[in-house]
Amino acid sequence: MKFSNVMATGGEWLRGEGPHHQIVISSRVRLARNLRQRAFPGWAKKAERTQILELIKPRVEELPEMQDSFSELLQDLSALEKQVLVERHLISREHAAKSVGSAVIMNRRQTLSIMVNEEDHLRMQSIRSGLQLKSAFKLVDKVDSTLESKLDFAYDTRLGYLTACPTNVGTGMRASSMLHLPGLVLSEMINQVIQAVNKIGLAVRGLYGEGTEAMGNLFQISNQTTLGEKEEEIINRLSKVIETIIEKEHDARQMLIQKKSNTLWDQIGRAYGVLTFAHAMTSKEALNLLSIIKLGVDLGAFPEDRRLPIDELFIDTQPAHLQKSSQQKLNAEERDHLRAQIIRERLRVFPKPDISKVARESENGSSPEPQNNE
Amino acid sequence: MLCDVCKCNDATVFLTQILEGKMQKVNLCDACSKEKGVQDPTGFALADLLLGIGAAEEIEKGAPSQKCPVCGFTQTDFKKTGRLGCSVCYVTFAEGLGSLLKAMHKGTEHVGKLPQRASREIELGDRMRALNEDLEKAVADENYENAAALRDQIKQLEHEKT
Repeated sequence: MKFSNVMATGGEWLRGEGPHHQIVISSRVRLARNLRQRAFPGWAKKAERTQILELIKPRVEELPEMQDSFSELLQDLSALEKQVLVERHLISREHAAKSVGSAVIMNRRQTLSIMVNEEDHLRMQSIRSGLQLKSAFKLVDKVDSTLESKLDFAYDTRLGYLTACPTNVGTGMRASSMLHLPGLVLSEMINQVIQAVNKIGLAVRGLYGEGTEAMGNLFQISNQTTLGEKEEEIINRLSKVIETIIEKEHDARQMLIQKKSNTLWDQIGRAYGVLTFAHAMTSKEALNLLSIIKLGVDLGAFPEDRRLPIDELFIDTQPAHLQKSSQQKLNAEERDHLRAQIIRERLRVFPKPDISKVARESENGSSPEPQNNE
Repeated sequence: MLCDVCKCNDATVFLTQILEGKMQKVNLCDACSKEKGVQDPTGFALADLLLGIGAAEEIEKGAPSQKCPVCGFTQTDFKKTGRLGCSVCYVTFAEGLGSLLKAMHKGTEHVGKLPQRASREIELGDRMRALNEDLEKAVADENYENAAALRDQIKQLEHEKT
């Protein structure tokens, strides 16, 4: 599969399906694995890294899950292509900085991506739409079981899987979900939620993981620890916390409708106005405004069939996607113009917000979404 | 003075905390202190903050000239990068890593997935132990016929193991 195919097909998780998809954008589970007695990628010299890559890559490519896969050495990808993969969460920012001795292999549906020689020899991740941590784990666990029969993984009976960073030792697993929480942000309750989540040993991060800013009211919630707890337990605990946050987000939205409706409609109206008429827009501003429109769709102020175009804009207006689709390298100013132009065009067929259509949820706070069917 | 977390920016927030009778000093830049929630004393967890920093100190307390026999990694390298050199480093620096892992994680022992290979080794080990116990008992009971059979089984198992 070529890069142009990757670009053309949206990847399953971008389609906005799956349980709780209104609030949970995506769920990811990654496993870190290393070969026994070999220097970790950060410490290995170029020759050893290349050797390790040659050992691992064919094994990954022959996986049944990787038929018709996209497999590329990092040095053969342009900076822009790497950035596109980062924006789709198919490789990490750290991996994008790699060159000779590293590779990425992903399946056609873009639900499974395997990084070779990132921080660990193998970083295998599965990404699904909505709250589907269990099925994401199942897929990546299966791949791990197939690979372990062919590759000698570093494993210690007491410490479990050995990783370059001691924070990943044990299960080597990081499970995370990306949540869209405009209600909690607008009602100024988000910090309380973040603190509560931190206190029970889970991490809250911004859009692109560690050390990144929360934009577009998007937050990643993940497990902080990897040793002393079973994979299934970690995932269950995380899923429960996420379900609670979903409830809190619904409550916050109801509170806004009932007590701060003027502020809410003002926000939605302004977002609609700016997105429809602006001629220059940074990606941060775009994300923040699109987030409010997405909230408007959730609340019924825009028709349901407008959901997909908005979800698509979240990713299509990211800097690398913008440049890749326009097939030219643009400076920041040109990007801001092009971004505003694309948004204006897509919103041209978008009806004005209609607040009379906003469905109030019943007083007992039950959500209009189907309950978790994971 | 540089920030202990990102090691890029100048530290502007200086923290001293006494934990279990030991004084710990942490210097942070503005951005990292915000990220770690230091402004808010209620949400501030020293354990989280010390993940990277305590790590370096703990490791250093081990034998100072220790070097990994497989990859040549040293404590100084760990202090610089916060990462280890290879899987054998976990054995080389086991002493210093112990308390670090304890502070970092929920438990100190892995209870999750076992690779097939490892579970086979554990299973073989268990069977071997059981057979040896039976053998000792048979010898003590002077049941030599039984003992001979057990000895053969142990030999067979040792063969399997290699």
